[in-house]
Amino acid sequence: MEQQPILQIVDLYKQFPVARSIGDRLMRRPNQVVHAVDGVSFTVEKGEILALVGESGSGKTTVGMNVLGLQEPTRGRILFDGYDVVDWARGRLPRLKEEHGEIGRLKRRKQILALRRRAQMIFQDPYESLNPRQTIYEIVAEPCEIHDLGLNSEEKEGRVRAALEDCGLVPAEHFWNRYPDELSGGQRQRVVIASALALEPELLIADEPVSMLDVSIRADILTLLQSLRKVRDITILYTTHDLATAGYFTDRMAVMYLGRIVEIGPTVEVLKDPRHPYTQALVSVAPVPNPRKRRKRMILQGEVPNPIDVPSGCRFHPRCPLATEECGQIDPPYVEITSKHKAACHII
Amino acid sequence: MTTLDVRDLSVQYISEAGAALQAVEGLSFTLEQGHSLGLVGESGCGKTTVMLSLLRLLPEAGRIVGGQVLFDGRDLLQISEREMQSVRWKKVAMVFQGAMNALNPVRTVESQIVEALQLHNVVNSSKDARNRAGELLELVGITAKRGKQYPHQFSGGMRQRAVIAMALACNPPILIADEPTTALDVMIQAQIIELLEELQRELNLCLVLVTHDLGVVAEMCDDVLVMYGGTAAEYASSDTIFNDPLHPYTQRLLKAFPDIAEPGSDLASIPGNPPRLDDLPPGCRFEPRCHASNGEPLCVKQLPALVEIAPGHQAACHLVKGA
Repeated sequence: MEQQPILQIVDLYKQFPVARSIGDRLMRRPNQVVHAVDGVSFTVEKGEILALVGESGSGKTTVGMNVLGLQEPTRGRILFDGYDVVDWARGRLPRLKEEHGEIGRLKRRKQILALRRRAQMIFQDPYESLNPRQTIYEIVAEPCEIHDLGLNSEEKEGRVRAALEDCGLVPAEHFWNRYPDELSGGQRQRVVIASALALEPELLIADEPVSMLDVSIRADILTLLQSLRKVRDITILYTTHDLATAGYFTDRMAVMYLGRIVEIGPTVEVLKDPRHPYTQALVSVAPVPNPRKRRKRMILQGEVPNPIDVPSGCRFHPRCPLATEECGQIDPPYVEITSKHKAACHII
Repeated sequence: MTTLDVRDLSVQYISEAGAALQAVEGLSFTLEQGHSLGLVGESGCGKTTVMLSLLRLLPEAGRIVGGQVLFDGRDLLQISEREMQSVRWKKVAMVFQGAMNALNPVRTVESQIVEALQLHNVVNSSKDARNRAGELLELVGITAKRGKQYPHQFSGGMRQRAVIAMALACNPPILIADEPTTALDVMIQAQIIELLEELQRELNLCLVLVTHDLGVVAEMCDDVLVMYGGTAAEYASSDTIFNDPLHPYTQRLLKAFPDIAEPGSDLASIPGNPPRLDDLPPGCRFEPRCHASNGEPLCVKQLPALVEIAPGHQAACHLVKGA
């Protein structure tokens, strides 16, 4: 029997209205919207690490926010372990019943929290995301209090210890009475990850977790994320603009451009044999740490267009070196390259 | 031809408590005309301090305690402040880290370039200045007309180009770029790398790239100086550094850096953290994190000097012996 994917995203759209000035209103200019996520579908299997790669403005962070229920999608479905996150957040679903198992015995608000705590986020900047006046223990234990898990102090201590030690802060006692400013950047990021683990989530969304860290300790944090899959059977959605770190530890990679996934497939395959011209360009310009391996760069001119006026047809065609007339008119469907690798381009 | 010769540079910062912190110790390197040098290291290793020292622009707490910076037959550390002003920007210009976000938001980009030109007396009239500003913008790939716009109307990549144009205002032979690509998106980063390469070729610039990104260095630089804890660890051609590194720190740093050409290959962090300036190890700065030293007494006690191991290849390590 095939296991149900832990996360299914079906045709997700997220639009943000653009603030209108008085002038706009007086002139009755039409409302404008930013198409941050514009028709994204993908699934994540349990225990998988998926990289969501793209430049700023590609919509990768918005996808993560929607999955966590921190933003509400304009359209589309997000199924987390079979539960519709969107309908849940909007309170459209009836309370789960006894037949749903243990969760069915909880009150409605608690049911929502019970689902929420199964997905947690790791933030980008370990210098800004820790309260300097809390001890490490308080920081890691706080989520358990917010979620009112009813743990006694011994159980809570056990959770904090396990979370810290799984993140390589061993022994936990050595760290938990300290304050964030007594720790190095790498250790702080471990604390950030530990506090996400305190609720024992099944899905972690890691938004650029290493971009603020020094090169020599980045690999550690990436290896830690990878090890969490083994130790805790966790699924990870890793959003980044850095193809090289994604290439190191993820199973699959989805490349986003202007709110859409243009190519998705096994990481090694996408990096070694990119098919979409945008992915090809991204791979070609990623700096390689060896002068003998310098490659011909395929530099795209200009910048990612404004997501208010998304180009017609293929959204990449104005910058695409291979674009034909068709590309300006018809939005390309996904073409299957291998069973797990597909890309949206007319030329493939 | 050697354009700039830095010998035995040492810099200290005075802490609030009055203690002297050794930020840079005995650093030597040379800049060759038309060549590019990459200054690599982690945050806090002193790379920006070195560059600020060359321009004598250290913050108040910093002071240069030794060494020479030879340029044009003069020692830049000895000349008067007045003479120094004729060197800054005209001879050695710098694109500061984050300068693209420090443009004046209420003045047009052109007027800010004009200001740099007038300040350094390289133009006769304001009309000349505006023409020259237009030329400079065109040189970095921005149409001159857009100079009339304000920084917020520029994208991040364009602001970085404008800052580079400003640095080139006085035709300096030496251009220092401090983390010029760090906060930019991958594609914009590639555009800026390409631009700097073109400018270097066309203007025969001597380019110094200060960065923690080994990939960018491998793409752009002829020579590389690897810094650790305020000292030079290894100094050689780019090809040697990336393919035949001798210093244990360089070796480990390369292993910690993911290579997109080899997805899925192993990465290994360097255990521990870079040393703090107020707590420098007495011997080799890297010894506490070194995989090769094994507590070797020489490594623990004595700071190794940068010595030539092979022609054009220098390393500062007690354990590395010449061939």
